[in-house]
Amino acid sequence: MRMLLMALRSLRREWRSGELAVLWISVAVAVAALTGVGFLVDRIGRAVQSQANEVLGADARLESPEVLGSELQQHAQALQLRTARLTTMLSVVYNGDTSQLANIRAASASYPLRGTLTVAGSPFGLGAKVRGIPAPGDCWPDSRLSAALGAGVGSTLSVGARSLRVSRILIGRPDQGSTFVEFAPALLINDGDLASTRLVQPASRMQYDLLLAGNPEAIASYQSWFKGRARPGEKLETVADASPQIGEAARRAGRFLALASVVAVLLCAVAVAMSARSYLARHLDAVALMKTLGAQRRFILGVHASQLLILAIGATLVGSLGGWLTQLWLLRALAGFLRADLPPAGWVPVIIGLVVAVAMLAGFALPSLLQLTQVPALRVLRRDTGPPPLRLWLALAPAVLAVIGIIYGTLGQWSLSLSFMGALTATIAVLAAGAWGLVQLAERVRGGASLALRQGLANLSRRRIDSMVQVVAFGLSITLLLVLTTLRRDLIHDWRATLPPGVPNYFFVNIPADQRENFRDALEASGAKPERMLPMVRGRLTSINGVAIGEIPKHSDMAEREQNLTWSMELGDDNRITAGHWWTANDMGKPLVSLASEFQESLGLKLGDRLMFDVAGERIEARVASFRKVKWDSFRPNFFIVFPPGLLDFAAGSYMTSARYQPVGGGGLTALVRRFPSVSIFNVGDLLAQVRAVIDKAATAVQSVFAFTLLAGITVLLAAVQSSRDERRYETAILRALGAGRRLLLGSTLVEFAGLGLLAGVLAATVAAFGGLLLARELELHYHFDALMWLTGVVTTVVIMAVSGWLAMRPVLNKQPRSVLN
Amino acid sequence: MDRDIVLCAERVSKQVSSPEGPLTIVREVSFAVRARESVAIAGPSGAGKSTLLALLAGLDTVSSGKLWLASADLTTLDEDGRARLRAQHVGFVFQSFHLVPALTALENVMLPLELRGRSDARARAIEILGRVGLAARVGHYPRQLSGGEQQRVAMARAAVGDPTVLFADEPTGNLDTVTGERIIELLFELNAAAQTTLVLVTHDAALAARCGRVLRMDSGTLV
Repeated sequence: MRMLLMALRSLRREWRSGELAVLWISVAVAVAALTGVGFLVDRIGRAVQSQANEVLGADARLESPEVLGSELQQHAQALQLRTARLTTMLSVVYNGDTSQLANIRAASASYPLRGTLTVAGSPFGLGAKVRGIPAPGDCWPDSRLSAALGAGVGSTLSVGARSLRVSRILIGRPDQGSTFVEFAPALLINDGDLASTRLVQPASRMQYDLLLAGNPEAIASYQSWFKGRARPGEKLETVADASPQIGEAARRAGRFLALASVVAVLLCAVAVAMSARSYLARHLDAVALMKTLGAQRRFILGVHASQLLILAIGATLVGSLGGWLTQLWLLRALAGFLRADLPPAGWVPVIIGLVVAVAMLAGFALPSLLQLTQVPALRVLRRDTGPPPLRLWLALAPAVLAVIGIIYGTLGQWSLSLSFMGALTATIAVLAAGAWGLVQLAERVRGGASLALRQGLANLSRRRIDSMVQVVAFGLSITLLLVLTTLRRDLIHDWRATLPPGVPNYFFVNIPADQRENFRDALEASGAKPERMLPMVRGRLTSINGVAIGEIPKHSDMAEREQNLTWSMELGDDNRITAGHWWTANDMGKPLVSLASEFQESLGLKLGDRLMFDVAGERIEARVASFRKVKWDSFRPNFFIVFPPGLLDFAAGSYMTSARYQPVGGGGLTALVRRFPSVSIFNVGDLLAQVRAVIDKAATAVQSVFAFTLLAGITVLLAAVQSSRDERRYETAILRALGAGRRLLLGSTLVEFAGLGLLAGVLAATVAAFGGLLLARELELHYHFDALMWLTGVVTTVVIMAVSGWLAMRPVLNKQPRSVLN
Repeated sequence: MDRDIVLCAERVSKQVSSPEGPLTIVREVSFAVRARESVAIAGPSGAGKSTLLALLAGLDTVSSGKLWLASADLTTLDEDGRARLRAQHVGFVFQSFHLVPALTALENVMLPLELRGRSDARARAIEILGRVGLAARVGHYPRQLSGGEQQRVAMARAAVGDPTVLFADEPTGNLDTVTGERIIELLFELNAAAQTTLVLVTHDAALAARCGRVLRMDSGTLV
């Protein structure tokens, strides 16, 4: 109690005298940056996810071949999830005598839960967003169905036993093109009309979907509840399963945001460590005096630890408020991007802020505090006596533990955390070695230098440990900032590069083998640029290494589905072999197969495994020859399963391709549909627009978070300037008293700080180039070395350090030496 | 040991290591100080006076020999034990004052009492600051006080806890002659009023002469 009272009392006194303000501000800024990132990452992460969910038309979709049990919907409602029903089936639709097989989609009123439908007055027309679904008695055919049937607004279509009036043409729906297996054109009708069509018969092949939307915890809770009661053929899909393109962008953005927030936290930790060192230096005399007056070590430790804890709590509260206000401001700045119905920011970031503030102080300030208790009382008589140097493990262990905790806590992934920690350790080692070399060099060359240069170099070599700590701290900050800058640029560049303006926007499926040349010509004649044309046959995986799929205990849905298979001699540049070899001309017709990595992972396959396929009644066994990483967002024809040419020739397949196609009005497409009636056309332009929107918004988010990281870097700078200011003030006053002019003092300061900056900059920019390369590989980005960035890094560091030196010197230069020396 | 003896050194030596090999700063020093006695340790610079003072006050440890302060064997106590002893029995006045810059004059004087958990710290501190003539300056920070005023605050701080022994290390070393004399007057006044034992280190012969006994040191030994 006495300890706490003393801590509070001296905290009040030190606060009043401005002693603690710098440490407090650096912790508060750290927490503000951390919670700001936390609040923002949380909300933007949800926004990106939510945007991505529009592709599914919901946050999750439950699919069943059977009528959905009422408990499925009741449980969703109990969890306060919004729901919509969607029943789909294939049936022939008539417009007079013209008929077309169509995918009938009967939706309930709340469909879609995420995203909107777009409609127009004519096929392939310019769509307008609309709320709601067709009224009872109405129907909305999509452009292809409308064109194929020659049915415009006002026509009456027969669907089973029911006639429905075309009230609008469906141009886009959020859940279109999430998979490319829906070959038939679509007809959207009201759920209430489904019974009267009499299409729902015991033998009909139906798919019953329950769409769900709500907060992520409720979705996750529903998912785990459903897992235990799924009937055969039933599955629950989220956006990651439904759309690999969106999933990929969201995953990368999430990892980058996490990485950026870790960097911000670590930079703040460096600032805390520097402030703590300064706190230690400022309290050496006071602690020696307290000991002389009879204070014991435990008491001193208790008083200072309580002070730091009180400081942490205060800084967390104010920092969190700052973080919260910042994210409010950012939300305003990003208006229109974030969904209005996102739940408000919770208290979690504040609690995390406090935990991390305490962890940072414990990890980075505790060693200084322990050292403080070791100050000998003798210091009151002999100022040159200080605390004994800390044992290495004691100095490093808390910081290392805090860093590991913070990194893993934020990234939540051991492989990424370990590579990050490895890179961090290597960076510190390189910076420390470089700094040691600089200190040695300064010692050697100072003899022949001019006075200002000699004074600057002398400072470098005399404050050996300080110089090294500053090079490591600054170098680390600059390295992290440069790596982030490079990655951010590469990330955005890569995302945009995957979706250049010319990316295909239409898929064409079911092209008969004998018409493929004609079809290509027709496309080219209309100004489109078709991509590769690949054959496509349907097949089913029946066994792996002789074990039937049904007998494999943990087989995935992927294995059960009927698969689209293809064969190809060429490996597209959007495919990368990750293991094994792509075939050569000698492998033509050999029983080999190449698999996409998603397929490999879902079944845990390895090279050499034998897969048995049933293709049109024929059994084919093929050996896994290679695994491929496929860039699905190239929007070119791609398949999970590829065979060498000559193996599946017996199967009468069709072909597919994709193209960038800009039909003039709807006429071009309507003509194409009429000339090649069997060809199914998918407009992925809307999906593409959605992917682009996600990417653009993720990029905005990345930039906002980057601002926080910069702020954290500036905090480090402030802490560093503050940490050596007193000592420099004193020394400069002595030099001035001896007759040194402002010019000399400025010159020597600039030599010292620019020397530190040059070294820190060169090392940091070089390490950042390597670190960026490694991290780019981890994040699957294309890395480009940028000489300009390297140079900018070096120059910026030199300038920042020199300016910080000038800032440190300014108060001294403007003060009479007497006021410092008396 | 005589119960009247508050400080006793028996063949005390202090050795430190230096680049040229071990260096003996204090060599085989023995003496005793009785309660209420005033003793000056005098000698030229580098004689080992301040090191001896540090050993006597338990601020440093001896290399060999025995030391007793207020009947406690200092050489058997650890750092915390010595700190406890200082809290109970020792007051200090330093050449460079050693006031805590973040604390006001009043807070500096309250500090020793607060460390002992005394509830009357504020009242006692105000009283003694009045006695040293600083009643009007209690709220001032050290940087707002002159050298003489700072040393008066330091003396008030040393005396506020009624110590058994008051150690002073060159108390006038940083002051001009006139201010120094006033400070010395005050020091002896406080000492007489509180009946404290005074051990002071000085190279000022006039100051040393005012003490009841003078121990002269040269090259680490008493001469």
